[in-house]
Amino acid sequence: MTAYNTDYPVISVRPVADETFALRFHAPELSAALRPGQFLNILTSELYDPLLRRPYSISNVIGEECEIIFTIVGKGTALLAEKRSGDTIGVLGPLGNTFGYEKDFGTAIIVAGGIGVAPFPFLVRELQRREKSIHTFLGARNAGRVVRDGLAGLHIATDDGSEGYHGTAVACLDAFLGTHEPDRPRIFACGPNLMLRATQELAARRGIACELSLESEMACGVGICQGCPIERTEGERKYALVCTDGPCFDSRDIIFHEHHHA
Amino acid sequence: MNSAFALGSLVLRNRVLVASGTFGYGNELAPYTALDAIGGIVTKSVSMLPRQGNAPRRIVETASGMLNSIGLANVGLDAFISTKLPFLRTVDTAIIVNIAASSVEEYTAVLERLEMEEGIDAYEINVSCPNVKDGGLSFGTKREATAAITRDLRPRTRKPLIIKLTPNVTRVSDFAAACEDEGADAVSLINTLVGMAVDVRTRAPKLSTITGGLSGPAIKPVALAKVFEVSKAVRIPIIGIGGIMTWEDAIEFLLVGASAVQVGTASFRDPDAAAKIATGMDAYCEREGVADMQDLVGGLRIPQNVTAPGLVASR
Ligand SMILES: Cc1cc2nc3c(=O)[nH]c(=O)nc-3n(C[C@H](O)[C@H](O)[C@H](O)COP(=O)(O)OP(=O)(O)OC[C@H]3O[C@@H](n4cnc5c(N)ncnc54)[C@H](O)[C@@H]3O)c2cc1C
Ligand SMILES: Cc1cc2nc3c(=O)[nH]c(=O)nc-3n(C[C@H](O)[C@H](O)[C@H](O)COP(=O)(O)O)c2cc1C
Ligand code: FES
Repeated sequence: MTAYNTDYPVISVRPVADETFALRFHAPELSAALRPGQFLNILTSELYDPLLRRPYSISNVIGEECEIIFTIVGKGTALLAEKRSGDTIGVLGPLGNTFGYEKDFGTAIIVAGGIGVAPFPFLVRELQRREKSIHTFLGARNAGRVVRDGLAGLHIATDDGSEGYHGTAVACLDAFLGTHEPDRPRIFACGPNLMLRATQELAARRGIACELSLESEMACGVGICQGCPIERTEGERKYALVCTDGPCFDSRDIIFHEHHHA
Repeated sequence: MNSAFALGSLVLRNRVLVASGTFGYGNELAPYTALDAIGGIVTKSVSMLPRQGNAPRRIVETASGMLNSIGLANVGLDAFISTKLPFLRTVDTAIIVNIAASSVEEYTAVLERLEMEEGIDAYEINVSCPNVKDGGLSFGTKREATAAITRDLRPRTRKPLIIKLTPNVTRVSDFAAACEDEGADAVSLINTLVGMAVDVRTRAPKLSTITGGLSGPAIKPVALAKVFEVSKAVRIPIIGIGGIMTWEDAIEFLLVGASAVQVGTASFRDPDAAAKIATGMDAYCEREGVADMQDLVGGLRIPQNVTAPGLVASR
């Protein structure tokens, strides 16, 4: 297994939407090893605040450079936004499994809510190389929060109706499927758990294959601490680990609970 | 400079081990650190049957620390032997299996089964997990129960027996003394401190089990004081645990009386932390002209006639 725990030089941090940034760093070997859907466990502070690393989806790989995107919601992301060219960033990875982009399907239906858009530019690139048709249903709080870089086949939905469909990305997709019949579709979804749950329900109702990229609190990111369980529908083990069994799961394999929406 | 650590009949390469539950079964972090640079690996607690662990949420970060409520999720004894031990046997460092159980009989059964396996150097007995209803703390907070487990296990193995103590008691030195009396080779402390965190928005506890175990730099001062207290009460080696992030932290533990240390939460920040700490301790000794690291153990320089008012008197 190729795996790295390295300080990489930061190349740039640029705004891509309100409160949202893309951070790019130079990591030749890591960039070659990464696949869409995987994540990195990143040290945001040299001090002990935050103490733990924060997991981030690999958003894109550009030659020898890796990019993550994040919205400022707390301490870790505030520190990441202050990084400048010349700083370094401690990265552990590649971690987790990949999206099933090599599976047999015709149309990729991407559903992204908020910063859940993060893993998709990299996925879109791999899908385009395989000449899949792509529809991306992108949900955001408002027009200012929409991150569209590197995506394809965009259908935008905003909570306040300031751009595109007025409502959620999942409702927008449901309306689309009422009038279109995509060829052998496969859903790839990432976003808040409420959105993932609605996507899971839609996929079951319409009989569409569906993968969900999950979030969880994490400490280690490598299957040691047992801190990131998600309940499984069946099998000997009651819980899967988001960090090593995921973050991408078949939507039929996992169960969301109320606390996931707190 | 000699940094070896004699633990009963066993000699460890150095005085830095990795703590149970924070380093898995060794294989997970092998890509990120040199396992033969550390003195020993203490495995995740192993119980007779697999344990699924507690419902999420299991982790909350707090100021300079973290709360966990894992609930001893582990693969169970059979899977440990068939899938985890084979890798551990190949690692050139001491392998210490941590055992958790909910009755004296279960501790006995697990240890006796492990005694039949090659490649185990010592045992650490977890009587101090705060996150399970059955066992764990209910043993570790009763002096007689801690003594009974030690008494029962002692004659069943010639390998070093370490009892892992909880700080969630009034006077941990009484527990350490009981372990010494019953023939334990060492005590390790501290396991996590019971703590909690609340979400003011939902007014609900953040952890599914309401309370969890606090670890990380936040607990180091408490851990140091507990080790200091125990060092006044027992002669057997003490393995200091709690918030060790750097070699300076580890040296502090030696000075207050620990013979060795375990590195826990730090491995989550940096899988190479324990190895770096071992290197840093060696360099400190070289610089300070310390010929044998043992000379640092209990070497705290206390001005004459000064006593610690916060220290509960020992036996
Ligand atoms: C596999 C995986 C991939 C991830 N990928 C990305 C990514 O690509 N981009 C990204 O920005 N984040 C991503 N996250 C979330 C990320 O790891 C952090 O949790 C998040 O950035 C917050 O960190 P912080 O230190 O800024 O906030 P903290 O200080 O930890 O939290 C501050 C407050 O924000 C809340 N909060 C925490 N996380 C979120 C969240 N995701 N959305 C809204 N509120 C939150 C907390 O409850 C808390 O109240 C991912 C998580 C996982 C598990
Ligand atoms: C996520 C996690 C899991 C743990 N699991 C165990 C365990 O299975 N058995 C055990 O004896 N201690 C367990 N511990 C306690 C640690 O071994 C250690 O005693 C404690 O974390 C204090 O050290 P630290 O501050 O360096 O982490 C666990 C700690 C953490 C953070
Ligand atoms: S984050 Fe530690 S096991 Fe998943």
